[in-house]
Amino acid sequence: MYEYLNNIVGNEVITYFVVAALPLFLVVLPFALIAVLAERKVSAHMQDRLGPMRVGYHGILQTVADILKLIQKEDIIIPQADKKLFNLAPFLVFIGSYAVFAALPFSSKFIGTNAEVGIFYILAVSGFVVAGILMGGWASDNKYSLLGAMRSAAQIVSYEIPTAIVVLTLVMITGTLNLGTMSEQQTAYFWNWNILGGAGEGIQQILLIPFMVVAFTILFISTLAEVNRTPFDIPEAESELVAGFHTEYSGMKFAMFFLAEYANMFAVSAIIVSLLFGGYQSPFGYLGNTLGIPALIPFEQLFWFLSKGVFFVFVQMWLRWTLPRLRVDQLMTVCWKYLIPYAVFNLLIVGIITLI
Amino acid sequence: MDKIKTLDVKTEELVLNMGPQHPSTHGVLRLVVELEGELIVNVKPYIGYLHRCFEKHAEAMTYPQVVPYTDRMDYLASMSNNLGYAIAVEKLMGIEVPERVEYIRVIMAELQRIASHLVALGTYGVDIGAFTPFLYCFIAREKILTLFEMTCGARLLYNYIWVGGLSHDIHPDFVRLTKEFIEYFKPKIVELNELLSYNKIFIERTANVGILPLETAVNYGVTGPVLRASGLKWDLRKNDPYSIYHKFDFEIPVGDGRMGTVGDSWDRYFVRVREMEESLKIIEQAIDQIPDGDVKAAIPRRIKPPKGTVYSRTENPKGELGYFIISDGTVNPFRVKVRAPSFVNLSVIGEMSKGHLVADLIAILGSLDIVLGEIDR
Repeated sequence: MYEYLNNIVGNEVITYFVVAALPLFLVVLPFALIAVLAERKVSAHMQDRLGPMRVGYHGILQTVADILKLIQKEDIIIPQADKKLFNLAPFLVFIGSYAVFAALPFSSKFIGTNAEVGIFYILAVSGFVVAGILMGGWASDNKYSLLGAMRSAAQIVSYEIPTAIVVLTLVMITGTLNLGTMSEQQTAYFWNWNILGGAGEGIQQILLIPFMVVAFTILFISTLAEVNRTPFDIPEAESELVAGFHTEYSGMKFAMFFLAEYANMFAVSAIIVSLLFGGYQSPFGYLGNTLGIPALIPFEQLFWFLSKGVFFVFVQMWLRWTLPRLRVDQLMTVCWKYLIPYAVFNLLIVGIITLI
Repeated sequence: MDKIKTLDVKTEELVLNMGPQHPSTHGVLRLVVELEGELIVNVKPYIGYLHRCFEKHAEAMTYPQVVPYTDRMDYLASMSNNLGYAIAVEKLMGIEVPERVEYIRVIMAELQRIASHLVALGTYGVDIGAFTPFLYCFIAREKILTLFEMTCGARLLYNYIWVGGLSHDIHPDFVRLTKEFIEYFKPKIVELNELLSYNKIFIERTANVGILPLETAVNYGVTGPVLRASGLKWDLRKNDPYSIYHKFDFEIPVGDGRMGTVGDSWDRYFVRVREMEESLKIIEQAIDQIPDGDVKAAIPRRIKPPKGTVYSRTENPKGELGYFIISDGTVNPFRVKVRAPSFVNLSVIGEMSKGHLVADLIAILGSLDIVLGEIDR
């Protein structure tokens, strides 16, 4: 990717900027815009409503109109707020969710940076989000914001542990931290996906299947909590804390939090997809191979990656509009008493199986 | 905690001001919450943001003119408010209303009870974080409101039940459409139970939360579903029958602590669900028996009760609604005092929420199902 662009542009610095900005303009912003609309449509149809219908055909331009409105809004900074932290917070949150996209394998030809420590890097940079949320909550000088921020920090930090353990399980099987390599290993057909035991052969692969399903369940639940979605949307529990940590934000800064949330939803879905569901690999083989056009394959891979990611985003929305919300202590119970022991146990068993 | 005190470190309870603009206070209620971490030490409700001088206004009005004001007290159960007032004045004047009127009144009051409980259950779901059941409840409520609109032209504030009769006779299609509604609504209760009532997370959030022991409930004078959830079979429709409720066969659901302890939030929620089923039973029995007659026959030309006082109480969706009326023999009431069920039920919140988390306070307040229009009047 980088070499290809460097040949066209001819200047290393400019190429870096272009490469860094590409996912933002190609994936993150359009995806966030579509996801916000999709959420409103999904919720509407689940609730016997129509949702936005006025702006464009069936309201497809609704989020564009909303963003335009938010840009025009006055940027209110309350006088009691800690100005520096208050201004910094939304950017940190956005950076946290945006930087994750750099290491996601969209297709075999389009990975922002094919880092050897890919999944480790993702776990690390998503920590920015916690810092941003805490800053925003503290700087707002609002009790509700502070409560929301504290809950959010506790929640995200706790749920990173089961996520990390499950990721470790996967690393143990595949023997790599590189998401691109990991996707490459699950090549060709869906029975090679890690959820079905990976690309190995024989008894080991069959033995792994139930434990991979457990790993998937734990990973899905804990990533759900990390992006603050129902049933774990306690930091922004509307009926308790008004809007949680972003109560005092307005205009574009509010939009930053909002877009970051949706970008994050896709990011965690993409992590699940690349770890367990074959990454960018097609489940049935490629049209490009059949037709003899190899150039088609990367685009097919992009299509599969996005569709799988969007499917998990849809599941997240589905859950949100079905389930009530847990209480903050119950949330911690779920994490420390159930997810973490199960994840560790799962890690042990998978370790034994891989040794056989 | 004791260690901190002996260290002579200055600690302070966090005072959180919840409301009057807060999404979960169900109106303009202000709760001042003292917190120790996230644990509640004390809750004080401050009311009066919706005070509209109903009782003082009533003194300047003639008796029929008070009826529209009663609509605006518990605005989610206007029919029941009308009914309570009409019964009080009729008792004062000794009016016998025709059989047809009684039947229609009972049907309206029970439909109104279902509509009011639907709002209570739906908004309770929102408080716990489930948004979808709220809209499902409102779809069913809309159908009841359409029945009311067909009858009297209004969807919220009806001014329908008058002293001595009704403002209009029912629409020719009313009986058929009400039967259709009953058939439509029965499976919807099952759906609500599957979606919300028996949801594991919902039970975790509400069972054993905000337990109201029967003794406390009686001491505070709590009534309605909140009292019944604590285990006492007390329903004025059975215990002190008014109108023609003695003719119908129905159960009084009480809290049984199925998911936790008797008198917890889940019990209060579920008593309402079962009351909707019982109301459907009453409507089913009444709808086929409406006799013929003139609904305006017993309305007196001039409402001028004799000197005297009357206290009359009815079972509203929220609890016992009492009207105390003093007549000085003129066309205006000398005094109208209302015993509002929500007002009394709210008073117990401090007792119930001590030692719980902030999130539980929302669950407890929602399970009381208060309407601020009635508390402040």
